[in-house]
Amino acid sequence: MSSAAILAVDHLTLSFGGLVALNDLSFTVRGREITALIGPNGAGKTTVFNCVTGFYKPTVGRVQLTHPDGALFLLERLPEFRIARDARVARTFQNVRLFTGMTALENLLVAQHNMLMAASGFSVLGLFGAGPYNRAEANAVDKARFWLDRVGLLARADDPAGALPYGAQRRLEIARAMCTDPVLLCLDEPAAGLNNRESAELNLLLRALRDENGTSILLIEHDMAVVMEISDHIVVLDYGVKIADGTPAQVRNDAKVIAAYLGVPDDEVGQIEAQVRS
Amino acid sequence: MSERTPLPRENKPAPERTEVIAAIRQAAIAALVAFGLFVLMVGIRTDQGPTGALVISTRFGAVAAIVAAVFVASLLRTLVLGRAAAAVRSVIPASFNRTAAQVAPYLAGAFLALALLVPVLFYTNRYLLDLAILIVTYTMLGFGLNIVVGLAGLLDLGYVAFYAVGAYSYALLAQYFGMSFWICLPLAGILAAFAGLLLGFPVLRLRGDYLAIVTLGFGEIIRLILLNWQNFTGGPNGISGIPRPSFFGLPFNSSADGFAATFGLHYSPTHRVVFLYYLILALALFTSWITLRLRRLPLGRAWEALREDEIACRALGINTTNTKLTAFATGAMFGGLAGAFFATRQGFISPESFTFSESALVLAIVVLGGMGSQLGVAVAATVMLGGFELFREFDQYRMLVFGAAMVAIVIYRPHGLVATRKPSVSLRTQRPIPAAVVEGARSETPG
Repeated sequence: MSSAAILAVDHLTLSFGGLVALNDLSFTVRGREITALIGPNGAGKTTVFNCVTGFYKPTVGRVQLTHPDGALFLLERLPEFRIARDARVARTFQNVRLFTGMTALENLLVAQHNMLMAASGFSVLGLFGAGPYNRAEANAVDKARFWLDRVGLLARADDPAGALPYGAQRRLEIARAMCTDPVLLCLDEPAAGLNNRESAELNLLLRALRDENGTSILLIEHDMAVVMEISDHIVVLDYGVKIADGTPAQVRNDAKVIAAYLGVPDDEVGQIEAQVRS
Repeated sequence: MSERTPLPRENKPAPERTEVIAAIRQAAIAALVAFGLFVLMVGIRTDQGPTGALVISTRFGAVAAIVAAVFVASLLRTLVLGRAAAAVRSVIPASFNRTAAQVAPYLAGAFLALALLVPVLFYTNRYLLDLAILIVTYTMLGFGLNIVVGLAGLLDLGYVAFYAVGAYSYALLAQYFGMSFWICLPLAGILAAFAGLLLGFPVLRLRGDYLAIVTLGFGEIIRLILLNWQNFTGGPNGISGIPRPSFFGLPFNSSADGFAATFGLHYSPTHRVVFLYYLILALALFTSWITLRLRRLPLGRAWEALREDEIACRALGINTTNTKLTAFATGAMFGGLAGAFFATRQGFISPESFTFSESALVLAIVVLGGMGSQLGVAVAATVMLGGFELFREFDQYRMLVFGAAMVAIVIYRPHGLVATRKPSVSLRTQRPIPAAVVEGARSETPG
């Protein structure tokens, strides 16, 4: 179990005009671990994701990714498509973003675009049906078949993604992200809208991704049953500030976390205010 | 079988009271809108009086008739047609789309065979041959625009600009350097592709309506440049005497080394027309072939993914800038090839041939045909241009018929004639995807 940090977020600050969405946030994600990012609504969790995957550029701070082979990427300087292509950070979205009119299989082939594009000689060779491209495509289809099987959607490979039930769409989105061979997989509320059985299956899947594929996972989740069960490490945000960081057991008993989630009794308000002011 | 249970009769229930009231209200609103529209347009008319001064005459009777007609038509539409259409729609769509998809390959084959035989069947009918050339030209433009609009989902209202670039490329290269059609054809395509890139760069960040406005402006800019750069393009006088294409070096004339003499035929001006027809047919089929191939390649899939969800594309490591630019450039290239053909067929071009209405017509063909469908585009081009000719006698009311047809299509087949998408790859069975699933407009912030 290597536990070197693969993602280091340092002093991340992002303000939209006067609104400070993230304030001096630092945390690390260690290799082959599942790190959960939790916090009340509006705490800035998705904003962290957007900074890590390049959709937002932080005002201040550094986001550094280290591959197992030692290659180093400063994510805050890369455009989003290079973060996915070169730094190999994959993500899913809070509101599922599949290519709804394309089949499940096509969705997974789009995820292998860069490999296939190179194999097709940037379309010039592929236009004439050259052999190397056909082999590359067959491999890509095999890989897609493997991941469809892993998420239990092999039977629906030829159905349009938009016609799949919600839980299946979420799993397909994870499969699509995995087809990019990510080093770090960022999942934005993967269990949202799933029933108990589906969310138990999701837990199994995420554990398997960590243990069998060696993918590090950073996830945002509101479902505490999921978070506490599968996370190795939890980071708690509130109003863009980190209020706790540790193992599930540590976080569960942290006074600030309990206060952020449940509020505080009236007689302790003064005490907390004093803490906050200090 | 002693007693047959009576089948529940399809008895149409009488329209509910509330339904009738709603229909009357809707009809009243429609009548009010019609009144607002026509009270000045039809109701008041200025004529030249006997002394040459303008005389105002009123025709409020005509306005009343129009308003009444609109009221009745609206009432009928909601109460009678609406129910009928709903009944029809509840039975037809799923099965119709399925059969349409099954029949499509055969239909496409039959259509292609017909297209190949046109000069044989109508050899003596010069008028029909010219019309066929026109239809195939617009089909090719439709195929080209389909790459940009249908596959990549980038609404382009200035497509005629690339047609113009192609046409002027050939005309000017032939005029200034005396280059032949066969050398200029690829050059025209390449120059148009560059024009596509030129348009692509500034509009990379734009989508939907904003993109449409900028492309519309681009089309006008190209036309105005052609119109005003008098000493290079000839301005409004255009360019005449553009060389006609030769049959691989053999000119179509009555000389001893002409096409007819070489093949031992009697010279006939129809030879050239037939040659032009097959030339544009070959170009259109080339466009179609490239499009169909590209759809199955990663580039084409990336275009479609871009249409579906640009943010997801970027999250998967697709360089959306390059992908968009290639879509613009590829679409523009085919527009340019068609333009070069147009120049050589006409022998004369002027900026008047490249107005916005041409862009609108090509876009209408693509939308009507069903975005992304080759057969649909070909059928739509035939129906639209054929229809224009068919209704030529209606003169000024031709556009009215055209408009009514468009409204009908939008109401009854909102996704175009061929409203299914064929998957580019499949594991087992290929099932067409209904267009209703294919359209996806999302928010622009990732989350």
